[in-house]
Amino acid sequence: MDMQDRVVTTKTVEIDSHSINFGPQHPAAHGVLRLILELDGEVVERADPHIGLLHRGTEKLIEYKTYMQAVPYFDRLDYVSPMCEEHAFALAVEKLLGITAPDRAQWIRVLFAEITRVLNHLLNLTTYALDVGAITPALWGFEEREKLMEFHEAASGARLHANYFRPGGVSKDLPAGLEEKIHEWSLTFPKFLDDLEELLTGNRIWKQRTVDIGIMSAEQALAWGFSGPPLRASGVPWDLRRSQPYDKYAEVEFQVPVTRNGDCYDRYLIRLAETRESVKIIQQALAKMKPGPIKVQDRKFAPPKRSEMKRSMEALIHHFKLYTEGYHVPAGTTYTAVESPKGEFGVYLVADGTNKPYRCKIRSTGFAFLQATDVMTKRHMLADVCAIIGSLDVVFGEIDR
Amino acid sequence: MAEDAQAAEAPVKEPTPLELLGEGICTLAGVVGMHIQHDELTVSAERDALIAVMTALRDDPRWAFEQVMDICGVDWPERADRFDVVYNLLSVSLNQRVRVIVTTDTVKPVPSVHTIWPVATWWEREAWDLFGIVFSGQPDLRRILTDYGFEGHPLRKDFPLTGYVELRYDEDRKSVVYEPVKLTQDFRTFDFLSPWEAMTTLPGDEKARDRKVGG
Repeated sequence: MDMQDRVVTTKTVEIDSHSINFGPQHPAAHGVLRLILELDGEVVERADPHIGLLHRGTEKLIEYKTYMQAVPYFDRLDYVSPMCEEHAFALAVEKLLGITAPDRAQWIRVLFAEITRVLNHLLNLTTYALDVGAITPALWGFEEREKLMEFHEAASGARLHANYFRPGGVSKDLPAGLEEKIHEWSLTFPKFLDDLEELLTGNRIWKQRTVDIGIMSAEQALAWGFSGPPLRASGVPWDLRRSQPYDKYAEVEFQVPVTRNGDCYDRYLIRLAETRESVKIIQQALAKMKPGPIKVQDRKFAPPKRSEMKRSMEALIHHFKLYTEGYHVPAGTTYTAVESPKGEFGVYLVADGTNKPYRCKIRSTGFAFLQATDVMTKRHMLADVCAIIGSLDVVFGEIDR
Repeated sequence: MAEDAQAAEAPVKEPTPLELLGEGICTLAGVVGMHIQHDELTVSAERDALIAVMTALRDDPRWAFEQVMDICGVDWPERADRFDVVYNLLSVSLNQRVRVIVTTDTVKPVPSVHTIWPVATWWEREAWDLFGIVFSGQPDLRRILTDYGFEGHPLRKDFPLTGYVELRYDEDRKSVVYEPVKLTQDFRTFDFLSPWEAMTTLPGDEKARDRKVGG
């Protein structure tokens, strides 16, 4: 470039701010984020995320489906942590119906919500490392993820879109031997986390790329609607599993990790520490789980067993009515939120007494995070944008809905 | 329903923390009513007083709602003010939630709360995009979820599920083209709303249902 000539001849350097299009086909955009970046040289002046490229009208579709048919849509929101999204919907419908899932169902939900959390954090931590240039964590992490997806498959029949948590319980009981397998895995997994930490936590390049990048103070994080790991990384000790416990979370012991700096490195540390806590919860859930029913025994809300249907006419009628008309939910409104791996995932459900939701608003976690990218990336280098987006753990299935 | 019956039997009942919270909020000017259902507090506010109410809810140490977790619209086409705008607030310091609802129609603007919580901008854009709710004082009221150049507000109840246009890639013109929706089979809506035993509360049958749900 003849920049130096210009400096010599005019003594002033004028750099036009220009804008670039980051995504929607960028590997570090984690899906279909289109980011319009206004740059001053290599420094970001303004970031304007354009979302909606994956908008499928989930909320509209749910208004035309019965409550049971709406469950699979939740898998397809945040496809990295499907069961936690179902959890929010199942709890919301149960609240409106006034039913409570039996103990074993609640333990299974806690168990699989935590397995899902590990799955989600493994994907985020490793691809985040990939975004800033470390390849090995992704190779190792995906092997571990595969083991967990086998548990998903064994329980629900599907690796990703589980459709397992239902209003009133879970769809079926765990197959024989799965609990032992999960327990064995939970004993070996902390060793893997040690290895992963050895690759990253003290790594000089990793720290150079993440420490003091994208700092959010506690006040900023609250004002920008943060929740989950990014909020705790900014020093706010808030976890819905602890403060507003649902299912059996009140009966398990775990720590809520909190850090102070609110930078990308802290968000990484929080997720890593949370993964270790999740393993503890998984072990406690396995120890406390007892045999028993896995869905409410009221046949108006949960379908009968296949074998029962062969003999009982009533069971057959119940099955038929549940899978055509579905159950009617009394008129009412609820905002039910769970601590999904990414943060607060909420469902605002308006029921009008019929078999379909009148309105189902999905409070996606990443929506709030992504909006803050503008303040977080301001005056950072272009390369830091990747680190910041990676540290926020955004998934476009849930943001675009 | 079961709670109401209990409340009628017990002569004097200590107000729950949620009721106290609701009564406190009701003293604010512009709050017109409160309602507790499923352990969740909902207050209705007047549209014009929204900014004052929200500022008080955030700044008063009794309430300290530091976060707005969600803003969304709900469409009730049969009402004169057809839209509800629902604000779900959360206080992380006092561990409490409240839901504030204001009503509006297609033209009356709702004051924007993005000066109180900057995160509100995108949710207000979403409510504008999907419902056509107008927010005054919101400098960035662009569409957010729908396509560039989209027309209409898809979450309104009178907007068809299938939409009006579909797009495809046209090989001849080498571009994406929009065309009116052509359905190869009729859109199927099933009417399953038949009264089924214990599913719908039949007139005179409320007590049986309460027992079933409560027990």
